[in-house]
Amino acid sequence: MELFNNLMLASQLVLDPYVLLVILGSAMFGMLVGCIPGLTATMATALLVPITFFMPPVAAVAAIVTATAMAIFSGDIPGALLRMPGTPASAAYADEAYAMTRQGKAGTALGVGLVFSAIGGLIGTIILMSFAPALAEFALNFSSFEYFWLILLGLSGAVFIGSASALKAGVTLILGLLVAAVGMENPAAHPRFTFGNSELLGGVSLIPMMVGMFAVSEILRYMVNTNPDLRVETGRIGGIFSGVSDALRRYRMGLARGSLLGTAVGMQPGAGADMASWLSYAVSRKFSKEREKYGTGHVEGIAESSAANNSALAGAWVPALVFGIPGDSITAIAIGVLYLKGLNPGPTLFLYNPENIYAIFMVFVLANIIMLPLGWMVIKLAGNILRVPRNILMPVILLFCVVGAFAINNTVFGVTLMLFFGVLGFLLEENGFPVAPAILGVVLGRMLEENFVTSMIKADGNFLVFFERPISAVLGVVTLSIMLWPLAARLFRRGDRISKKAA
Amino acid sequence: MRMNDAISGILLLILSASILIVVADYPTIPGQDIGPAAFPRLLGILLLIASLVLIFQGVRDRARGWIRLGEWTRSPRHLINVALVVGGLVFYILFSEELGFIPCGVLILSALFLSLRVRPVLVLPIAVLATLGIHTVFYQFLRVPLPWGLLQDMAW
Repeated sequence: MELFNNLMLASQLVLDPYVLLVILGSAMFGMLVGCIPGLTATMATALLVPITFFMPPVAAVAAIVTATAMAIFSGDIPGALLRMPGTPASAAYADEAYAMTRQGKAGTALGVGLVFSAIGGLIGTIILMSFAPALAEFALNFSSFEYFWLILLGLSGAVFIGSASALKAGVTLILGLLVAAVGMENPAAHPRFTFGNSELLGGVSLIPMMVGMFAVSEILRYMVNTNPDLRVETGRIGGIFSGVSDALRRYRMGLARGSLLGTAVGMQPGAGADMASWLSYAVSRKFSKEREKYGTGHVEGIAESSAANNSALAGAWVPALVFGIPGDSITAIAIGVLYLKGLNPGPTLFLYNPENIYAIFMVFVLANIIMLPLGWMVIKLAGNILRVPRNILMPVILLFCVVGAFAINNTVFGVTLMLFFGVLGFLLEENGFPVAPAILGVVLGRMLEENFVTSMIKADGNFLVFFERPISAVLGVVTLSIMLWPLAARLFRRGDRISKKAA
Repeated sequence: MRMNDAISGILLLILSASILIVVADYPTIPGQDIGPAAFPRLLGILLLIASLVLIFQGVRDRARGWIRLGEWTRSPRHLINVALVVGGLVFYILFSEELGFIPCGVLILSALFLSLRVRPVLVLPIAVLATLGIHTVFYQFLRVPLPWGLLQDMAW
């Protein structure tokens, strides 16, 4: 009964013409951005955020959910046609899809990708809907100790699971946490690192920073790219939905496996759609009956990992909504938006505003449904979209960023922040420092400090208190083992080598 | 531009040292060990350790050179592109209030278009159209008070 009530209230929120228009608009936006190589799904989100700033909460979240779902699918299109994945989440199977294009089967590759993406997204959403409220109820009993460990778990996941160099990821994470420490909003309300600038008293404004890190740095990367633009070869794409029913019949196990694995990976802190798609491609190959066909233009792996990367999006929202802990940079941006809209994520959101939560679930469902017709259109138009001259597009996006960064506080200081973080993000990435941990650090910094300080005061110098409550003990042990694992592994390997030498 | 890890490490070392110096002056809360300095100090110490490890790794790998400049740093055209993006933003920060959004926007876009080899005939029309488009979305629809500057008298 309560569920029914919530769904009724939520549908009033979602089926509002304004919200529906926002969903449609951001869906087309996401499709286009994902389809243009060099513009990632994360960038789509960062560009949308300044606009969502002016929307009511449900519309704002709807815009982000829809745009990212579309961008993750449409990243497949340049992957298939140019062998240049539109977003990193399509990289795992870009070679395979391109091989199919060269055999004249681009339509099948993209059609199967589209349908499996939509179904994967829906399965992920169902898991999100059934899992999140139960988890929230459980999380109501959490104290500052549990939260401290949970946040730390999320952050160490980002550092140790999803990155090539744990040291460098750790450095960017600390930089992000330091950025969050700027300003007066800390437990002691003492202004920190403001350099006497009154605009920094409230902290580093999140939106200009994200626009800088994810959009301006991409623009800079385009500017220094010395490889000439790829020539688009679009022959006939072929029938889009012709191979789909056959694929659905043959790969229904793969569809289920990809969606489940994707959702699970998405829930992991620090691992998102990219990793879901790589893992799932590998798993699909391992269990396939036609393993030898992989890499030669075989649709099976594409099907399974397309389902996985879209379901990962929904999975990432589980920790985001329940604990306010993002699983990847897209949900980190989304959480920033939730805070700005006064919808502070956490278990109490489920208690006091369940209609908002159910509205977000409904948006997920809607987004994955309209993905089918819109995706079909974009595939049909792909030849034209890929030919969009990027030398015109990139400067226009830059000007758009300027206005977006300005619009948050209506001061030019936002543009200064954007420039600073844009150049910083560019330099960091050039030197192999991943940017995603930094954004997680910025979003989670205040929460981590608050729970850290509260816990420390409660503990009064006795660190064992951090492990006294059963759940916090489990979380603590898991977190510490993730952090110490690489060290232990290295020692173990060294010991092994020494003993071999001795023998 | 890829710097040897030792150089990144030294920069981070300087950063973490200055953080530790700055937070040393933060007030303490009477009767409590945890003040506003505690959390940033912890971060500063962690960053210090990380930067030392980076320096160590960088020195170990010094055979690969201290700074490897990307291909673009040898191409004047790409250097100009980067300079125009950064310079354009600095220009906007300094002069948008006086000149106004529309003149600044047209100027920045035209400069970038020219440098990115858009056909010269198209440069000005596209720059004006795009600027006006963005202006309409933000000024008319979202009510962002973009500065008029020089065009104050003909504001619409």
